[in-house]
Amino acid sequence: MIVAERKPMEEILAMTADFQRILVLGCGGCTTVCFSGGAREVETLSTLIRMDRKQRGKPVGTVEALTELQCEPHSVTPVLEKLKGQYDVVLSMACGAGVQTVAKLFPDQRVFPALNTNFTGMAEEHGVWKELCLACGDCILDRTGGICPVTRCAKGLLNGACGGASEGKCEVSKDLPCAWQEIYHALKRLNLLSYLKERPKVKAWPIHPSRVVREDLRQVAATEVD
Amino acid sequence: MNNFEPLIAVFSCHYCSYAAADLAGTSRIQYPPNIRVIKVPCTGRVSVNHILRALECGADGVYVAGCLEGTCHFMSGNYKAKHRVQYVKDLLSEINVEPERVQVYFMSAAEGSKFANIAREMTETIKELGPSPLKQTQSE
Repeated sequence: MIVAERKPMEEILAMTADFQRILVLGCGGCTTVCFSGGAREVETLSTLIRMDRKQRGKPVGTVEALTELQCEPHSVTPVLEKLKGQYDVVLSMACGAGVQTVAKLFPDQRVFPALNTNFTGMAEEHGVWKELCLACGDCILDRTGGICPVTRCAKGLLNGACGGASEGKCEVSKDLPCAWQEIYHALKRLNLLSYLKERPKVKAWPIHPSRVVREDLRQVAATEVD
Repeated sequence: MNNFEPLIAVFSCHYCSYAAADLAGTSRIQYPPNIRVIKVPCTGRVSVNHILRALECGADGVYVAGCLEGTCHFMSGNYKAKHRVQYVKDLLSEINVEPERVQVYFMSAAEGSKFANIAREMTETIKELGPSPLKQTQSE
């Protein structure tokens, strides 16, 4: 999942200071799961904005809504169309992809991000998230025992440990395990240590912004069929 | 602000502080009439939004009164409440509302006098802080 955190209130309040009607738009996907942009967080942020503006003597109206997935045009358009005319600005509580989807679909509408998108990762425990994937576009997890050195090695090395680790911890931080030591133990456990003797493949780093096309899924105009 | 009488919302646990409030009543212990008790099945039910909405809707202070630590009927509801109250305090600091307006207290069902003392203590705290900044709207 994509993990994001709410921006400091000061920043959000400054962004929205000139608007009288704010649509706080949550996302039912990743940011709901990581407790940064779901229905509950939308309510919290709306209340905080109203409370702040009330204190300043500049009351504001808020509209609260949730899209199923804000990075998916089909789930954004109906929600925003339905609320048309009820807001001056959209304050999105989705990841950067969600904010840009709204901006692309409604080019004349001001859209602001309420969150900082941090990384793709997993919940280590309730309330703790860890970065696991850099979306590099050329996955090598099959050769590394399911541990990604691109993301979890501070140097992103592909050909083994750098030698800087001490007692299993990275030289960058004592709290950070050495990814290559973990890979070694994983491969040993799986009886696949021979993988480490192979020369790593040259990695096909993508050119950004990247794009994925599935011709079989694309909408084809009726006239183009046969 | 000498005449200021604060309005304080209390989220009170059914198993302990609500019973303590009952005991305070049957024992004829006096406490300030500023508090409004909202019974909840467990303080773990009280969410961040409940506390914020109480403040937004006109409460000058809010406190959550749960079971003594280690005695929650639902195992960990009071610990959850404790962490959420701390989270709300941090949120309030971000919008320049005094975090002292929100507190959490723990008591048993047998502590009627403690319930009354806390009501007095909280009323005093809020009286010192003055009315909620949401009521003193200043136009710039």
